[in-house]
Amino acid sequence: MDVQLLTYIIVGAAFALYIAIALWSRASSTGEFYVAGGGVHPIANGMATAADWMSAASFISMAGIISFMGRDGSVYLMGWTGGYVLLALLLAPYLRKFGKFTVPDFIGDRYYSNIARLVAVICLIFISFTYIAGQMRGVGIVFSRFLEVDINTGVIIGMAIVFIYAVLGGMKGITYTQVAQYCVLIFAYMVPAIFISILMTGNPIPQLGFGSKLLTEDIYLLDKLNLVLNDIGFNSYTDFNKSKIDIFCITAALMVGTAGLPHVIVRFFTVPRVKDARTSAGWALLFIAILYLTAPAVSSFARLNFVNTIDNTAYTDTPKWFKNWEDIGLISWTDKNKDGIIQYRSGNALEKNKPQFTSERGQYNQRLVLNNLTSNPNEIYIDRDIMVLANPEIAKLPNWVIALVAAGALAAALSTAAGLLLVISSAVSHDLMKKTLKPSITEKQELLLARISAATAIIIAGIFGIYPPAFVAQVVAFAFGLAAASIFPAIVMGIFSKRMNQYGAIFGMLSGLTFTAIYIVFFKFISPELNTSEYWFLGISPEGIGVIGMIINFLVAIFISSITKPPPVEVYEIVDNIRMPEGDK
Amino acid sequence: MNKEKINKYSYWKANLKIVSILLSIWFISSFGAGIIFSDFLDKIKIGGFELGFWFAQQGSIIIFVLLIVIYCFLMNRLDKKFEVSEE
Repeated sequence: MDVQLLTYIIVGAAFALYIAIALWSRASSTGEFYVAGGGVHPIANGMATAADWMSAASFISMAGIISFMGRDGSVYLMGWTGGYVLLALLLAPYLRKFGKFTVPDFIGDRYYSNIARLVAVICLIFISFTYIAGQMRGVGIVFSRFLEVDINTGVIIGMAIVFIYAVLGGMKGITYTQVAQYCVLIFAYMVPAIFISILMTGNPIPQLGFGSKLLTEDIYLLDKLNLVLNDIGFNSYTDFNKSKIDIFCITAALMVGTAGLPHVIVRFFTVPRVKDARTSAGWALLFIAILYLTAPAVSSFARLNFVNTIDNTAYTDTPKWFKNWEDIGLISWTDKNKDGIIQYRSGNALEKNKPQFTSERGQYNQRLVLNNLTSNPNEIYIDRDIMVLANPEIAKLPNWVIALVAAGALAAALSTAAGLLLVISSAVSHDLMKKTLKPSITEKQELLLARISAATAIIIAGIFGIYPPAFVAQVVAFAFGLAAASIFPAIVMGIFSKRMNQYGAIFGMLSGLTFTAIYIVFFKFISPELNTSEYWFLGISPEGIGVIGMIINFLVAIFISSITKPPPVEVYEIVDNIRMPEGDK
Repeated sequence: MNKEKINKYSYWKANLKIVSILLSIWFISSFGAGIIFSDFLDKIKIGGFELGFWFAQQGSIIIFVLLIVIYCFLMNRLDKKFEVSEE
């Protein structure tokens, strides 16, 4: 069977499964809509958290980015897993004991202030929308490449599917669909990784194959990769390129950001007991680690395969996948030295990096670009997002594996999108309406409102998908910086410091958020030409600045609260209560 | 302080001790081995891996999972000892 048909079958079957689960698990109360009634088994919750967590960026982009960043890519590996240790040890059990529905709920009650609640709601909506834009773009890429519909249609199909289970099922529907989506995505990720590891090193475990010798030569894979890359002008794969302080800060910002992401935190409201919240974080990280330990292996395999297949090959002899991705515009080749052979070297092949294609074709039928050429010999532009998707084709794996990867990528993007939509909808219907603006609404009205806001959020997310800002992983990196600088410190201080009061928390969040946002906006949007290490504060890139934002948040909060009056007695009782697993919720 | 309060106080203190020990290991295995001391560790090679590189891309993640498992075990034991578990 051809790839196209197989992809339709596998993706179709997966979608049918998600919808069936959604119909079976409809939510009938706000408790079920927001936190699945608080009755999810820790293992199921672990899987759902993992699916919620592993987004289009983790599935599609991460291995590709590491593939091109080499050792610097470790920031994503440590950053996106290490946060779970913080979550398990510092947040999850206490928030479960607190036992309400949302993150702003905690901040509003602990800081006895609707302003604090509102600041949290704004941070949360901002973070969630930044993050969701990346997911919809991921959905669009997969649809356009594998189902050959255009990106916009792809996004609309994706929105329709999420609409069905998020609006009907709420958290309950989302949780059980995510369990299914985790199974699809992890299977889809592991199968090609195992195949490729066997093909290249003979070792069926990719994590070991990664450190083994090649089958074709008596040399370790990583050593070979370093040699091959050095030959064509790149730095060694296993060496750092960024400065250590930047690596340190980016890793830390991603870790703390992870622990501060509302759609991750809220998952721990769905289990029955404090003990389950701890266990569940453990399961979640285990399920996540399976993918994250495989990703760096995939990255190194893919890079070596890519160089071997493409460099020094005549364009007319390149495999079909190369031309397919070129047709979509994610690869381009410009024959600088007019020899008809591809030279892949370090540096950007084109000025402004991204190709602007003309409608014409060159003498080898390659797509032509408008860009001015750079002076270096590199002739290839490749979008890093395609490495995982193209990997099975690069390694010449059977068609069903290629179809499976498409289904896995969709599962990753949709499960994360759904989790985020739920957080946005509960922030609007619960925190904004029920708790702040209109406390008189009945539970039924609140549930209806939750559904309407979920639907609205889906439409906005879709618009982001059709008009995507920047590229997937970079957009996501913003959300982390902001979560690290605002929500994480507020929650940690709320649990570990009884003395922290509303003024400290509010000013802390605002100053952390403002600092981080200005820094990122300045370097990314206002003066992108200055975005180099000599202009950065202490040499910290916008991706890592969230850590400084977090430190500012902590310092401002501690200072302000020490000069204002302590919180009332009831708040001391709340804190005492959440610190102990037993007793009233 | 009455007995219940002392109990609460020492439970929280024991909790903080567990958390700080585990977080130190968390820091050493990721920021320490993976970044700060990685040049030194890279001189040691195991199979095809330089050790610092292995910690940054594999080892730290494995240790993270183990840390949460140990945390669950220690906290469950602590809950039982102080008779504050939910059963």
